[in-house]
Parts: sequence; C-alpha cells; structure tokens
Amino acid sequence: MTPPPHLPASLAANPVVGQWLRFDRSGFVELMPGKVELGQGIVTALAQIAADQLDLDVDRVNVVYPSTSFSPDEGQTAGSRSVEESGSAIQQVCAEARALFLAAARETLSDPRQEFEVEDGRIVGAKGESTSYWALADSVDLNRRVTGRVSPKPLGEGSFVGVSSPRKDLAAKVRGKGFYVQNLKLPGMLHARVIRPTGPRGLLVSFEEPAEGGVTVVRNGSFLAVVSESEAEAVRAAAMMRQSAEWQATGDPLPSSDDLPGFMKLAPAESEEVAIPPADFVRPVATLRAQFSRPFIAHASMGPSCAVALWEDGSLRVWSSTQGVYPLRAELARALSTPADMITVQYLEGAGCYGQNGSDDAAYEAALVAQHFPDRPVRLQWMRHEEAGWEPYGPAAVAEVAASLDDAGKITFWNYELWSYGSSGRPGYSKVGPAFWAAGQLEDPYPREHSHLGGATRNIEPGYQIGARRILAHNMKDTSIRTSSLRSLGAHANVFAIESFMDELAVEAGIDPLEFRLMHLDDQRGRTVVERAAADAGWGTQDLPDDHGLGIGYARYKGTSAYCAVVAEVEATSHLQVVKLTIAVDVGKVVNPDGVVNQVAGGAIQATSWTTCERVGYDSDRITSDSWESYPILTFTTAPEVTVALVSRPGDPPMGAGELAQGPTAGAIGNALFRAIGVRVRDMPIDQAAILRALEV
Amino acid sequence: MTSYSKVRFKANGRPVEVDANPDSPLLYALRNDLDLPGTMYGCGIGYCGACFVLIDGRAATSCDTPLWSVENKDVVTIEGLEGPDGLNPVQRAFIEEQAAQCGYCVAGIIVNATALLDENSQPTEAEVREHLDRNMCRCGSHPRMIAAVLKAAGEL
Repeated sequence: MTPPPHLPASLAANPVVGQWLRFDRSGFVELMPGKVELGQGIVTALAQIAADQLDLDVDRVNVVYPSTSFSPDEGQTAGSRSVEESGSAIQQVCAEARALFLAAARETLSDPRQEFEVEDGRIVGAKGESTSYWALADSVDLNRRVTGRVSPKPLGEGSFVGVSSPRKDLAAKVRGKGFYVQNLKLPGMLHARVIRPTGPRGLLVSFEEPAEGGVTVVRNGSFLAVVSESEAEAVRAAAMMRQSAEWQATGDPLPSSDDLPGFMKLAPAESEEVAIPPADFVRPVATLRAQFSRPFIAHASMGPSCAVALWEDGSLRVWSSTQGVYPLRAELARALSTPADMITVQYLEGAGCYGQNGSDDAAYEAALVAQHFPDRPVRLQWMRHEEAGWEPYGPAAVAEVAASLDDAGKITFWNYELWSYGSSGRPGYSKVGPAFWAAGQLEDPYPREHSHLGGATRNIEPGYQIGARRILAHNMKDTSIRTSSLRSLGAHANVFAIESFMDELAVEAGIDPLEFRLMHLDDQRGRTVVERAAADAGWGTQDLPDDHGLGIGYARYKGTSAYCAVVAEVEATSHLQVVKLTIAVDVGKVVNPDGVVNQVAGGAIQATSWTTCERVGYDSDRITSDSWESYPILTFTTAPEVTVALVSRPGDPPMGAGELAQGPTAGAIGNALFRAIGVRVRDMPIDQAAILRALEV
Repeated sequence: MTSYSKVRFKANGRPVEVDANPDSPLLYALRNDLDLPGTMYGCGIGYCGACFVLIDGRAATSCDTPLWSVENKDVVTIEGLEGPDGLNPVQRAFIEEQAAQCGYCVAGIIVNATALLDENSQPTEAEVREHLDRNMCRCGSHPRMIAAVLKAAGEL
C-alpha cells in the first residue's frame, strides 16, 4: 500500500469533505472555511479558489461564517496565513468533491465511458446528457474523508483566481446590512454594560446601586456590570455607577511613561540569542550606533467590542467577532469550568481588529453576565472608553543597533539588541490563567498571565547581506500594561529600526540609500520590489518641492513570506504630512489583485497612522488615552495617496498581504523626513513634538 | 424607572412612534426600537461619524442627538438611502471602487457623503476630504472612499 499523499495541514486536521462543503438543491454551494472575514477579503478569495476547482460561478459560492458546531478547526485567523492554509485546503477538498460528483454522474447517465465536463455546476457528458451538483446532491455522500489522490487544478487555471472579484460582503455593508455581532438581535435579549476600574490595578471597594428600577447589577469580585431590557438605560446606569464606584489601586504601578526605553532596558526579561557571530570572529569597531523605539500602540477598532451569550440548560452559546472560534471555546471552557462540548461559539463580524482587540474579552464577559439570566440572550457591548482603555495593546519595543562599514561602504558587522513586550495574549497561549482580563477580577480570581512572550522578534533579522551578525532579543517578562498581537507583531518596530539605520549607514558611507540597499540585497525578488517602487516614485529623477523628501523602506515579511518596498514622499516643516506612498509588493500568486491592493494600501495607511500619530498614554495608575481625542489617528484630511504595484509571480505560491507593509512604511516615512529637513526621529511616533525635539538637538 | 414618553417622527419616510426616555440617544431608538441596525455605535460623543443619519436632510451624529429633538422631523438612515432604482449613487460608487474593508464605518460615511453631494454636487477632492473629516476609518480605506464620493458626484 502506498503511503497517504501529503495533505495541506488544515485539511489533514479536518479531513472530512462535508466539513468544508455543502450542496443542496438550491443551485448554490456552501463553503465553510475555519477562517473568518475580518474585512481583509478572505471570504471572497476563498470563494474564488473554490469556484475554480468546482467549475462554478463564484456567485454560486456562499461562504458560511465559522461555528464550533460545524466548521473545520483552523485555529486563529492571523499571521497572514489564511490564503496559504485555508486556500490550499479548499483547493484540495473542492477538487475531491468535484471528482465525487463526476463519479456519481457516471453512474446516473446512460454511458459511463463518455467524457464529462463541469460548466457552472452542470455536469455535461460528451453525448449531450447532463446533470448537476444539485441534482446529485442527495446521492453523493460528502461525509467521507479526503483521499489526497485527486490532483487539484493549479491555482490560476480557472476563471476566478487571478481576477478582481468584487468583495462578497460589501454589497450588504453599503446598505447597512452587514453581519456584525453588534447587530445581532435575539428575542428576549438583554443589554449589559461593564463598569471598569479607574485603572488596570483597581479593586472594587464600593459602588452605589442605580436609584431607578429596570436595571440589575451583576457583581463578582471586582467585575461589575449592569443589565437592562433597554440598551439606553444600561448605558445610563453604567455611566452613573462609573462616577460613584470607588476603586483601590493594588500591585505594581504602570511602567514609566517618561522614559519607557530606559525603563524597559532595566526590567526583567527572558533573553534569546537570535544570531551570534562565529567564535573566532573579531568584532570591528562600530561605525555608527543608534537607538530606536516604538510606544504601546492600540488596535483602536472603530466599533467597540461586543458579544452575545445565552445559557440554556447548562449549555452556552456565544456569538463573537473572535479571530478563532475554537480557541475561544477552549478558553471559555477553562474560565467558566464548563466542558467545551457544552459551548458553541458562532462567528459574526466585528469592526476591523488587526489583531487581538476586546472581542474575546467581551465574549467571556457576556457569558459571565448571562449566567445570571438563564434562557435570556445577553448582549454585552463595550463603550468607546473601554475599547480604548482596556484592549490588549500592541507591545512597546526598543532596539539598539550598531554596525561597521568597510572602505567600500559594505556592512561587515551588525549588532542588534531588542527589548520588547510580547504579543501572545490570545486565548490558548496562557499557561497561568485564562486570557480574559475580567477572569482576574473575580471574587475567586484566576491568576493573570503577564508575560506574553513571542512575536517581538518578527523581522528582527535584516534581509540584507550584512556580514557577521549578533542579534539578541530581551522579551519582557512582566507588564502591568496588557499586550497582545497587533498586525505584523514585532515587524513594525524592527523594520523601522533596521530601515532607518540602513539610511543612516548610507549617509555615513556617502551612498544613495537606494543604491546602498541594492548593494546589500541578493534576493532577486527583493531587488525587484525595491527597484519597482523606486522607479514608480521617480527616485533620483523627480524634482521635489523644497520641504519634500523621498524615503524608502523594504522588508520581506517574516523573512520568509511576501516582499514589500515602500517609497514615502513627505512634506515636512515642524509638522509632518505624508503626501504619497508608492508601494511594490510580491505576494507570489495573486488570488484577487484588487483585494491585495486594498489590503496593502490599507495596511500602509494604518502604519502611517501608527508611525506619525499614535501612542498609548498612561500614568502610574491608568491608561489616559481612552478616547479618540486622547488617541488621535490619521484622518481623511491627513491620509496619504497610495499606489500599489503587484509584481506578477504566477508560478509561485500565494502569500498573505495584510501585514507586509507595516514595517517598510514606517522606515520609509522616517527616512523621507530626514531627506526633507535633515532631522532623524528615532522614537515613534514621528509627530510634531518629536520633530521639534530632534530639531533642537 | 426613568420616565418614558412617546416621540413621533418619520424614519425613512415612515411615520414612527418610539416609547422611550426622550433624553436617550436617537441611535438606540433606531437600532433597537425601529430595527434599523445599519447606523453603528462607534464613540457615543459624535466624534467618529459611524452613526451619521440625515435629519431633515442634514447629516447629524445620532449617538449624541437626543430622541426628543427629532420630534416631527424626518430621519433618514443608511437603510433609507435606496430608492426605487436601488442603491443611491454614493452606495453604488462605494461598491464600484470597493471602498471599504471591515465596513463598520462605511454606512456613516455614505450618509455623510450623501449630505455633502446634496449641498454641493461637484465637490473638489479637498472639499470631500474636509467634509469627511467628521468620519473616521481605521482600515485605511480613505483614498478609495474619497475616490468613490468623487465618482458619485461625477454621475449626478
């Protein structure tokens, strides 16, 4: 017997055809991926892949949002891996389903030896007879395992992969009919709001019950919530109780906000040698050294997190905008001491999260409150100040870098040291206690995991030929500011440091920054995006106005994934305006060109906002940036123009496009500022205050 | 219990009556009492624009508009922008330009842009940007949205 063929990992873990596909008599196919639509367009891309394998119009593919009651377990929708993981599984499972239907057609039609083709779901024999997926739906049993012995069509050999299919979710959204968890309305539903402590260290000392009726208070230790039939009343009662509740701060104060880099470099950490020079390597004298930093950055979802929970006969149903229905279910089971098979988590969309926002927390809190109201669905909605003040933030990071140049301007030694908080705050990562903040507030509290190691070293290694390298990462072991994954994890800070420093070295060597990069870049795919972005931006040939400058940034995401180069044009005085971003990317085979462009451009604009505007504010007790006024982001008047060129690589496997621009954009902006007015800002955000400080030095 | 009273107004052309605390925000009446959930909660203080509606033709943030203030007025939500021919020109242009990602902010932006084009059918790009500065978008879809509004203006 031959060994079973290699299956895509997602499919090997979920090998039953019927877990992924449903056909009924309606003329549509239901596709059931385990990955979720976060606004990144994954639903459309996966439908295109399925349509090609099944020889169907993409409009016949309805994508069903994941639920633990029927969907394949594909873990988290994160890390720009969905097209790679879910896409390859869907490619295979659809090819196998097609083969099953063709076999059934042979049995149904008069002459089994004739050739068959599938045309938009109709199975047509060479002799003109036909049937269809839907006519055969009752006779084809999809409750069987994939074999791996059917070869799918190569990606792109079909009508839809490679074409800009319109987003499947958009028509509903522009009509105000998006499938958001915030919009779920169930019979008998109650509305809950939470009263948060003044700061993350707060223990509840006392509170005043609402004077008016119609509102029920739920308290467990320091977790305090109100519930009402009326949403407006719940909001009002929570606001009043927030005024009157007394909290006592306990435990360590928040880290120093005056000198965060200095604080971080002295704090306890778990150190990791990422690269060390050979034992006999004699370190040359450093030509240049510098320190870069990024503050804590918020996901800052437009819509505060929300969830609905319903307990019936000891079983729990939760509707959530989580990035992983199965990991959330497991974490809820752990935190609620309820067997996982008694819990169902159904995904519904939320506002874009770009990593772990408050969605998982809201799910737990809704379940916690709903325990007091059996048989009643409870909708728990965070307010703006909660999303801004209580989400797990993207971690702060500090990098020290030094390098040596030889006489020809080539880097001979690279010495990089990173201090960072971690990104692994999601359900499923904590060894200590559940990932939900409120679980640590209970009367009988769960211990909190404060050490979310992981993610900080993403893109810590430059993709350049830079001689010997010493690269160290110090992962902060403890933080009183909660952190978790934010789009691109450590890549934003690391690539900002690396790309800024590459420009500083280029200046030192007296070489144009573009030329300097190409001197150190062997990877042909990397060179191609760098050259393309530079050419599109008119690098070296464009006459810029006086206060303008061009800067470049480049990285291959994760060192192993998609390539991205960004040229930023900025206008700078003491104020910085990013005018234009000219981007080139290589994401391998492109499933949906417009989808990739949308993701890359959106990511670059968000990175522009992080890099030039954003910093989580706090004092020793509390997060102070708990509103849009205190946490400003890029606006319609300040958002740059963006162009994105896709380098065509039809023969290469597809790679995710959602996170690749974050680092290169940051580097390009800092470099463009330097070109415009000759000052280097090494601590993000590059805002007016930072530029003024740099001008004074 | 807070004192409730009946507030009467028109929602998307239909006369409605909401029995609620008249000081509570219009937003909750639309979403919960009138089954018009397309108007989104974003910040509660009229800062982000996710909850824009038209009140007597003018764009207003419904999260900080008290219910009593719309008595006898004409409120139009995202659900009410469609005419007998289907989507309004701004909605159509947003689809043509694929001008959204998560889409949470998009209803408020479409409503506010519709109000702009009602006042100024041929805005410049700078005018579109200025007008939409009362909205926020976190996905970075701004350039596509600006292009969509200009495209809709071109088709008016």
